[in-house]
Amino acid sequence: MNSQTYHKSMALTGEPPKSLSISQKLAVLLGLSGLGILLLAVFNVNFPNKTLWLTLSLLAITVGIVWFSWDAYSKKIPGIKNDGVWFKSISSRGLWGWVAGLSLTGFYIVLYFYPEYLGLVNGGDNKGVIGLFDPLSKFLSGNLASQWFVYGTLYTVAILAFGIKFLWKYRHNRYERLRTWSVMFFQTAFAFIIPELMARLNGDKILDGGSLPYYDLKNIWPLNYYNFEGYRIKAFLSSGEIGFALLIFGILSIFVITPILTYKYGKRWYCSWVCGCGGLAETAGDSFRQLSDKSTFAWKVERWVVHSVVVFVTLMTTAVIYSYLGTDTSKYWLTKSTFLIGVAVLLTLVFGWAMIFKRDQLQKDAQYGAIGYFVIIIALIGFHFFSGDGQIFLFKSETLRKSYSFLIGSIFSGVIGTGFYPIFGSRVWCRFGCPMAAILGFQQKLFSRFRITTNGGQCISCGNCSVYCEMGIDVRAYAQKGENIVRSSCVGCGICSAVCPRGVLKLENGPLEGRIDSNQVLLGNDVDLMTLVNKK
Amino acid sequence: MEHIVIIGNGIAGVTAARHIRKLSDKKITIVSAESEYFFSRTALMYVYMGHMKFEHTQPYENHFWKKNRIDLVNAYVTKVNTQEKLLHLDGAPDLNYDKLIIATGSKPNKFGWPGQDLDGVQGLYSKQDLELLEDNAPNNTVCKRAVIIGGGLIGIELAEMLRTRDIPVTFLVRENSFWNSVLPSGESEMINEHIRDHHIDLRLGASLKQINSDENGGVKSVTLAETGEEIECDLVGLTAGVTPNIDFLKNSDIELGRGVKVNRFLETNVENVYAIGDCAEQHEAIGNRRPIEAVWYTGRMMGETLAQTICGNRMEYNPGHWFNSAKFLDIEYQTYGWVFPERKKKENETHFHWRHPKEKLCITLAFDKDSETVLGINTFGIRLRHEVFDRWLSEKRTIDYVMEHLRDANFDPEFYKNFESQIVSKYNSDLGKSINLKKKNLKRIFQLN
Repeated sequence: MNSQTYHKSMALTGEPPKSLSISQKLAVLLGLSGLGILLLAVFNVNFPNKTLWLTLSLLAITVGIVWFSWDAYSKKIPGIKNDGVWFKSISSRGLWGWVAGLSLTGFYIVLYFYPEYLGLVNGGDNKGVIGLFDPLSKFLSGNLASQWFVYGTLYTVAILAFGIKFLWKYRHNRYERLRTWSVMFFQTAFAFIIPELMARLNGDKILDGGSLPYYDLKNIWPLNYYNFEGYRIKAFLSSGEIGFALLIFGILSIFVITPILTYKYGKRWYCSWVCGCGGLAETAGDSFRQLSDKSTFAWKVERWVVHSVVVFVTLMTTAVIYSYLGTDTSKYWLTKSTFLIGVAVLLTLVFGWAMIFKRDQLQKDAQYGAIGYFVIIIALIGFHFFSGDGQIFLFKSETLRKSYSFLIGSIFSGVIGTGFYPIFGSRVWCRFGCPMAAILGFQQKLFSRFRITTNGGQCISCGNCSVYCEMGIDVRAYAQKGENIVRSSCVGCGICSAVCPRGVLKLENGPLEGRIDSNQVLLGNDVDLMTLVNKK
Repeated sequence: MEHIVIIGNGIAGVTAARHIRKLSDKKITIVSAESEYFFSRTALMYVYMGHMKFEHTQPYENHFWKKNRIDLVNAYVTKVNTQEKLLHLDGAPDLNYDKLIIATGSKPNKFGWPGQDLDGVQGLYSKQDLELLEDNAPNNTVCKRAVIIGGGLIGIELAEMLRTRDIPVTFLVRENSFWNSVLPSGESEMINEHIRDHHIDLRLGASLKQINSDENGGVKSVTLAETGEEIECDLVGLTAGVTPNIDFLKNSDIELGRGVKVNRFLETNVENVYAIGDCAEQHEAIGNRRPIEAVWYTGRMMGETLAQTICGNRMEYNPGHWFNSAKFLDIEYQTYGWVFPERKKKENETHFHWRHPKEKLCITLAFDKDSETVLGINTFGIRLRHEVFDRWLSEKRTIDYVMEHLRDANFDPEFYKNFESQIVSKYNSDLGKSINLKKKNLKRIFQLN
């Protein structure tokens, strides 16, 4: 019976609200022709004037997207624009969704593992599509392009062009608009232009002749899992005061700045206002947000997987730092032993605080998981002291680092996380994989002023909020109980509040007291009944 | 073990079932002919519009019912035998009960118009209605024009739905302004404008004379009563309100009026038989409420209350301050307390109205002209915090107090432009007051000391 309604809807091939206007078709053609130029370059078609053709290609892509969006939204009255989302094959896991998903996945596999097919040449002018980007790269950093430069450029173009689309789509909503301007800015300036320009300083007097590592300042450990690796530390330390300041900034980012901002605003300050992964998900991925899995089963998987990644990245980073530290206190105060003790103390403090003061807010399986992982980490650290100066964590640090980089850094965040946008939704990586999101989420759940407030008894259980939650949170389950939404995974994108037809949800920062407000009986009912049933 | 049988798996019946399960171990069975699982009726429009799939309208996962030991029977109740405590079902074996809860909701009104049963004439209430609409109006080639009869909440929803498929819509409203039996004129007028902005052919003061048939027994056109004009169309949407869905009880011992007659304990005249939700009719209206309240949350509240009674804590249905909300195309509407339209206003009720000069935003406050106590508020395009306004109503705050603290009640998303200062300055000039707007205060909002 359920499927009946659905199938009939699918019968309206090519009709409103699913159909494209002539302008939109032309815009798609223009955008595809821009991609076509890149594809030709991949197959080593030699473009005589690289600067001109690259400009043409990027312009065609951008204009195509912007033109399409203009036609879709500008003539309509401002408001929610989700008509036909589940009828269009691209946004409902139809044929075009799969085609897009497989193409993106293929692109990521080539990008991460076979850059030579994109034309990467070590120690010489690049060929293919990477060669096409050489002039732009030289203009910015003075160096030749790499596959990462190509990727970074396309990534930025995607966030900017789809960002404009998002700005039009939600032009009635200032929260959405400001947030989108913010991710567009951070991507363009912090992830793309500043690091390229910083590369120009390398070898300069100002860096004492040193070379800074490529550093996107907003990319914080553990998302930036390699930030404290030996080669980067060396590079930071050899680059004068600026290098040292950047290293300190990297440490402060995770241990000071992040906790303060997360306490005040929730993890959204990062995940949907600053982060590049979040930026792409919110702009290019917006058409796929409804595809996230809302089942309780998916939630269970999410909690185990994402927290396992946190444990993995902590172990890996500890092992890597441990591997390049010395043992002699007279040379440098931080030795292998002091470092490990420091890590153990920090983890014990966090673990102890959560278990003693916040235990009532942790689910049973979360408690078991936390205890289990804590014991493992501490045992592994203790192993070092008991087994003498052997290798730490049973594995070589290099093995750990390589496996993490391959499994999490490439496969999870890239191939699955972005490649599968049209299949699993736009925040698969953020939800199931990102260790930064997990750490921020842990704090958001236990120690933050942020919540999504449910407005008394106004919820009508329609489910728009749940459907359009990219993190797969069943928002309705809370709203219909009159309970505030305090979930570690919430990135604060604000779309649940936007699509709610009854004004039930509001993202806000407020006092910790009464932040989770669970009611058996909702506001609007008999006052005596409410007190009777809600007393705990 | 006592067996509780609930007829109807809408919000009222399901809420009752959930709360009975929380409070007891009784055997619970829900009988419904409409759908296998509970779904949110209010979300049906989003399925047609492509915002959601039907399964998204189901608030609980399918395993929820078994886990909570709530049996679901997909069948139609043909007869209720209260003597033998027996239900006759079409599609399943007869069912015995110890206590029976009737929660069968509503059905669309039909006022005996000629042609009201032709193919292509339908209401919009049930899942079956939605499926019928997919047949009748899948696109604008099959349905070249639709005519909607009745200017209420469902009428405007149906118009919005059809417009997403570019189907031309003529919207017949009997009153001389949209929903002005509920809304004051300023607000009603703003919605008229917004309906027209959406290219809906809004006909005010227009009612239906008859629906004309084509040679196959389908809809050909409608004729208007006032002008005799004939409008060709393929779909006629009957959205002139709803009426309790209780025909199957006509030959039972249960007392019926327009709905199932109940007392304040939601008990019918027959022992161990109760009625809740849209189909229940109070012997006497509660406060300003209507005897039959066909509203989502009243169904829920009746379910919460009746669960107490069934589980041994006999309790009156005693709703708090009236509130409601809706969305008219792109404009959200919220109301708390009572704001009556001009023609229903009581003598002591005075209104203060503000409307944004350009955008579709407005607000109306009703207050007692002698005591200046606030009676209610309507907002359009501005969200209000239910808890705060409900508190102000309970505390019988004056309009001056409400104006002074208006920022505390705002529930718009962060960074939204706020209009409290414009509202208060108009209030000051309209009523010759000099209220100073206070800053938003979290301590007041969350009642912290």
